[in-house]
Amino acid sequence: MKSASIIMIIGSAMLLGLFVFPLWSIELEAPQYPNGIGMNIHLDGLQGREKHDLQNIDGLNHYIGMRKLPKADEMWEFSTFPKVIGAMAVLGIVIGLISLFKSISPKWFLAWLVLMVILGVLGMYDFNNWMVDYGTNLDPKAIMKMTDADGNPLSYKPPLFGTRHILNFVAHSYPSTGAYMMGFGMFLTFMAYWLGIKKTKIVNT
Amino acid sequence: MNTISKYMFSIIAFVLITSCGNNNNSGNTGAMNSSKAEKVYVAPGEHDEYYAFFSGGYSGNITVAGLPSGRMLKEIPVFSQFPTSGYGYSEETKPMLNTSFGFVPWGDAHHPDISQTNGELDGRWIFINENNTPRIARVSLETFETEEIIELPNSAGNHASSFVTENTEFIVAGTRFAVPNPQRDMPISEMKGQFKGPLSFVSIADNGRMNLEFQLNMPGFNYDLAHPGRNKSHGWFFFTSYNTEEANTLMEVNASQNDKDYIAAVNWQKIADFVKNGGGTKMAGKYAHNVYDEKTHTATSTIKDGVITVDPRDVKGAVFYIPIPKSPHGCDVDPSGEYIVGSGKLSTDLSVYSFDKILAAIEKEDFVDDSYGIPVLSYENTIAGVVAQPGLGPLHTEFDGLGNAYTTFFISSEVVKWKLGTWEVVDRQPTFYSVGHLMIPGGNSRKPFGKYMVAMNKITKDRYLPTGPELEHSAQLYDISGEKMELLSDFPTHGEPHYAAGIRADIIKDKSKKYYELSENEHPYVAKSESEAKVTRNGNEVHISMTMIRSHFSPDNIEGVKVGDKVYLHMTNLEQDFDVPHGFSIIGANTSEILVMPGQTKTIVWEPKREGVWPFYCTDFCSALHQEMQGYIRVSAANSNTPLKFTLDDE
Ligand SMILES: [Cu+2]
Repeated sequence: MKSASIIMIIGSAMLLGLFVFPLWSIELEAPQYPNGIGMNIHLDGLQGREKHDLQNIDGLNHYIGMRKLPKADEMWEFSTFPKVIGAMAVLGIVIGLISLFKSISPKWFLAWLVLMVILGVLGMYDFNNWMVDYGTNLDPKAIMKMTDADGNPLSYKPPLFGTRHILNFVAHSYPSTGAYMMGFGMFLTFMAYWLGIKKTKIVNT
Repeated sequence: MNTISKYMFSIIAFVLITSCGNNNNSGNTGAMNSSKAEKVYVAPGEHDEYYAFFSGGYSGNITVAGLPSGRMLKEIPVFSQFPTSGYGYSEETKPMLNTSFGFVPWGDAHHPDISQTNGELDGRWIFINENNTPRIARVSLETFETEEIIELPNSAGNHASSFVTENTEFIVAGTRFAVPNPQRDMPISEMKGQFKGPLSFVSIADNGRMNLEFQLNMPGFNYDLAHPGRNKSHGWFFFTSYNTEEANTLMEVNASQNDKDYIAAVNWQKIADFVKNGGGTKMAGKYAHNVYDEKTHTATSTIKDGVITVDPRDVKGAVFYIPIPKSPHGCDVDPSGEYIVGSGKLSTDLSVYSFDKILAAIEKEDFVDDSYGIPVLSYENTIAGVVAQPGLGPLHTEFDGLGNAYTTFFISSEVVKWKLGTWEVVDRQPTFYSVGHLMIPGGNSRKPFGKYMVAMNKITKDRYLPTGPELEHSAQLYDISGEKMELLSDFPTHGEPHYAAGIRADIIKDKSKKYYELSENEHPYVAKSESEAKVTRNGNEVHISMTMIRSHFSPDNIEGVKVGDKVYLHMTNLEQDFDVPHGFSIIGANTSEILVMPGQTKTIVWEPKREGVWPFYCTDFCSALHQEMQGYIRVSAANSNTPLKFTLDDE
């Protein structure tokens, strides 16, 4: 059980990477931007890839009537997400520590993981909702009002995951370092669970 | 086979052979040309290997080209007004062209030189001299903007300039036209012994600031070109002089009478120490010192008075003359610092002096004469060798760092490659036509990049499609990586490049500035956001702080301006992205447009003369809605009560 507990601690501690590294990154390519222009989505706010990228994305978006990108204090998510992730990391580490000194069922590890997956899905759902709103809820006085083949207003929503052509831009939206660390951490907690039940079985037989 | 058919056969065979031969010939030339084309071809989107900075001569500016392509990249305004960007027209840059004679809108730019550290190009700044109203400018190689201009008092025809010492300690500026010193009203015919040829030494601080440290008050000859010592001769400067006859009229004849003129060898370190220890006398001399501040985006001009003058006879062992045949032009020091090449432009030989021999002669006091109290060394005892009969009219020499020298010959219109030490001619190539200076990137430093050589020709004639009587000058690019020089291409250059400086692109390209930080803008009338935009009146002066961003001005409707007002339009570009300038112009403004870089503030003055509603607009195609980037200023009668009002979208 000892190694499983340590893996559980490491796995849940890897969530803390999100406080340093971005969760997601969206990059835009266009002929006029040979080096691309992009933003990183951190737990607590957005950051331009280059110093002034956010301002420049806003500058481009104003032609199609998109709102300005939110500042950290303009969305509840940027204050809530750090608390949730911080709490989950602490919870996972505590569970790991307890199991290190006291025999508890590995199902606690699994319970943590299930909770984390639920929260993750909710987070993604919320993120996608925001992008839909951001990409479709446009200023009625927009300079350029583009429509799709059916005559409906064009959505500028970047993809949640993947690559999409939007006018002269190609938008790439992919998880970033923080998310990869979180994913790997979650995998580790599953390993902890798996190792835990294996060990328990050995002990039982 | 009968005789006739034999004849027929041989004729056909002959035709076949000769036509084959012709085919082969043209095939060969084609292959050769295409390999030359490959050498100068820079594929779309690729960068050149070298920057070349060409002096514009009578354009007063510097043009920047890439090598080997010869593509023009930019014109940097230095001594001349430049309506393209508003340099010399905008309120911020007008002080750059101030002199002790007042505002001078034009200059004659001659010899660019790049700053050095330990004798190697460091790519911090490029300096260039102005010949007519003697000045030296410093241009930043981060922004490619002129940052500083210093005037040189008591000087005239600032030609032997602006050459940089090994660690950018000093820039030198010699006087091409001897003049009374100090200037005074006197008969021209009495010049002999009365006129002087001061050599100015300008120091460079770590931040680039120039300071006129002292002037060496030399006899009144014409100091034409100069070169600092390198390596072992570091601490010395060498100047060519002509008109040692001190003629004042029909100079082409009267200044060509002496068999020999002089190279002046100046131990500047000795003189700098002398001045540091309180030597020299303060002499009158008004001069302007103009400095551009990157934070306020504004230049200030200060008129200074007085300069330390040193009589060369007062510093023992610091100044000597060396005889040189007939009216020399170039005076060039090889990368080792041992050889000083003098080009007597009316001579058929090149005289190469040895620095070691010069030092030995000074040590032994081996003097053959003196000129106004300055010892003259012997020609025979200082000469290292003579390149015999290499061509006609030698002007200027540079080096490839591999022991070879390349000298231009104006009259015979060619470049001649010869070997240092053996003095043998290795190769010669024609130039088209009548080459002046040549340039090898880094060729006047300890470490030349000996790959390309550019010849700057004085006569163009038929090299390009004709464009009427007035033509651009022509440069030629040679590959000098082999034993023989190979002419690769022709390209036109702007104005009259008297000289150029080249540097490997990778030394400077990555630090090239992309835009100015708006948050660091300290212009007194900056508007850092649309909410800071405003219009204020102070008597009949109206100050408008307006912002520019794709694709509108703020404010774009202004009322309350009156006929007779002096309207200052302070334009701030709010963009913070690479290559998004906005321009500004308004109908009837008696000045140029201004081109404002991201994060920058620039100002033009408009004095409305008639009532009405007058449009202004962005002059740079900045965006898809560039055409909509426009606005109006309402101008009311001088005695009207129209209130001051400024809006954007009626807010
Ligand atoms: Cu514009």
